[in-house]
Amino acid sequence: MSATELLRAAAAVVRRVIGVPDYDRYAAHMRLHHPGVPPIPRDEFMRQRLAERYNKPGSRCC
Amino acid sequence: MSKLIRAGFFAVIAILGAGAFARLAWSRGETVSAAWLLVAAVCSYAIAYRFYSKLIASKIFALDAKRPTPAVRLDDGRDFVPTNKWIVFGHHFAAIAGPGPLVGPTLAAQFGFLPGVIWIVVGVALGGAVQDFVILAASTRRNGKSLGQMAREEIGPVAGMTALVAVLGIMIVLLAVLALVVVNALKSSPWGTVTIGLTIPIAMLMGVYLRWIRPGRVLEASLMGLVLLVVALYAGRAVSESASLATSFTLGGTTLAIIVMGYSFAASVMPVWLLLAPRDYLSAFVKLGVVIALAIGILIALPPLQMPALTQFTDGTGPVFAGKVFPFAFITIACGAVSGFHALISSGTTPKLLERETDARMIGYGGMIMESFVAVMALIAACALTPGVYFAINAPASAIGTTAASAAEAVRHWGFTLDPSEMQRLASLVGEHTLLSRVGGAPSLAVGMATVFASALGGGTAMAIWYHFAIMFEALFILTTLDAGTRVGRFMLQDLGRHVWEPIGRVSYPAVVISSALIVAMWGYFLYQGVLDPLGGINSLWPLFGISNQLLAAVALCVGTTVIIKMGKARYAWVTITPLAWLTIVTMAAGWDKLFSPDPRLGFLSHAHGIQGAIATGALPAAIKSVADARRMVYNDYLDAGVAAFFMISVVVILGDSMREWMSVVRGHKPMVSSEVPFDVVAVAGD
Repeated sequence: MSATELLRAAAAVVRRVIGVPDYDRYAAHMRLHHPGVPPIPRDEFMRQRLAERYNKPGSRCC
Repeated sequence: MSKLIRAGFFAVIAILGAGAFARLAWSRGETVSAAWLLVAAVCSYAIAYRFYSKLIASKIFALDAKRPTPAVRLDDGRDFVPTNKWIVFGHHFAAIAGPGPLVGPTLAAQFGFLPGVIWIVVGVALGGAVQDFVILAASTRRNGKSLGQMAREEIGPVAGMTALVAVLGIMIVLLAVLALVVVNALKSSPWGTVTIGLTIPIAMLMGVYLRWIRPGRVLEASLMGLVLLVVALYAGRAVSESASLATSFTLGGTTLAIIVMGYSFAASVMPVWLLLAPRDYLSAFVKLGVVIALAIGILIALPPLQMPALTQFTDGTGPVFAGKVFPFAFITIACGAVSGFHALISSGTTPKLLERETDARMIGYGGMIMESFVAVMALIAACALTPGVYFAINAPASAIGTTAASAAEAVRHWGFTLDPSEMQRLASLVGEHTLLSRVGGAPSLAVGMATVFASALGGGTAMAIWYHFAIMFEALFILTTLDAGTRVGRFMLQDLGRHVWEPIGRVSYPAVVISSALIVAMWGYFLYQGVLDPLGGINSLWPLFGISNQLLAAVALCVGTTVIIKMGKARYAWVTITPLAWLTIVTMAAGWDKLFSPDPRLGFLSHAHGIQGAIATGALPAAIKSVADARRMVYNDYLDAGVAAFFMISVVVILGDSMREWMSVVRGHKPMVSSEVPFDVVAVAGD
């Protein structure tokens, strides 16, 4: 694995630990399992994910 | 052979841990190294994880790596995403760890280090980690159902409704007490106020960057944010050193309280992407970074524990908060030992991410052990201060007066020593006017952390930067909790409110503004009365928060016990019943004391009667300026008493409803049917 690849993999891990919604994975999932259904656009996906995360108890503690 | 070696290995760990505990318990009159505390904790964690969590995983749930998890079965790329267990562990830990495990142990250090460390370590092994793990496993087996849903479906509608209302009540008390911690940390501190104030535009800048400039580049934006946080730290120092600017940013408690309320209201009606989400990313980084740095710092410095194992304040006369070591040590330290709030996370995002259900052991049980370790570090940081300094920072002015000389005198009276010039020297070292009566736990933790960092990395000149860094770190995630909590509270209120008056449930602008304002007004009221309280506010609010958090833990353990019994594993129900029984005893005893204790510092009602008597005779104490103020204090005492009573009644209702359900299942009146999603479902990806 080259240094850039390593860095990219590390960045992906960090992004998921801090809870950044992963649009690429969602798009890949839709392509693979629901090829006929167009995936929701990136902006809308991000908006939905953030709303889901912050609108109910269960994402944060004291 | 390897089995024998492994048995020998754990035997050595057990002996080492027991030895370290003995060393701590029998230390009298000499200082003990923090190393003993770390060894005692880490060895206990290892034994508890290896044996006790294994028992829960294999005997109760029979977790099976081949059984498809909801993330695998329901994978939709959005909610349900199978994720590597180390990533889920990091994510879960960042969600459960907040200011709670830092503040509680700091306050409980007034009893000495021994009660705190025993409760943190034993409480987590038999209570907190069990709760988190059991709820995570139960929710994973039920497609990620929430605690509220499980309470309703497993126990009954009464328990479900009580849990729902209790969560809202807990939220209000939690937000009030955390806001009070921030206000007390920033009171008359221009440096802190400017630094924390600047974190708001920094987060908004990140939000704008992520929305329009480089959408989705979260790591770039976070890096920029982290650099700007350091700039904010130095900007705060520059302001505090400028005579003209410093005065305009030196704010009193009531002003800060109003600013914090206004801020939380604005933040909770703003779009999430602008402020909340970017700051949450930032605070996750800072949180994980500081926890690692603190562990390394403590390992390098291994500070001697200046605080004795036990102080005389175990008798209930402590200046930081009133109440005997039983039950108040167990109420003061909630997060870090048992935290009911975690049940909301273990039944929230985390169960929808598990790749294999066997991962629940490391993430649920192991994640809580990590939080417990953070609590141990906070305890070490507090006990590394000399008792004189610790009490001068954490005791309210009503106990130590307002000058270094009066504080030294009060501390001498308690049997500790404090050189008055020491407090002045320490204050200027950390760049503050004064450190006297900076109640709430944050300033003393920051002094402790700054001492650890400065001694581990060398150079006392960096003390001021480390101190303000620590304050910023605590304030950063308290503010995040405040606006996220206000937002969640608003949704819960709208949800409850729509049963009463339909329009309040709408996602329309007036409904959002009205319900947000209502939530802020509710916690803001408690915050404001806490700021004005001559006993320091923390004295009444922190125990209420502890009781409410333990109430939620009781709900979670009731759900856990019901689930275990319905699985046909009633012979293992003691695993959740043991901590449940203990928490019930502790919350009831503490609630009773807060209501009916004849000591006016402890009992809300006797405090109210005392003031009413003073109003009647016209002889008000010097700290109360007018009859109107006195009447307001009486009203607040009754309000606090009502809140405590509400929490106690909730415990009784939920426990009673659960026991009724257990008995009818055990006696065979109700079928013993588990509501788990059965094993043999066909694993189909996609929604």
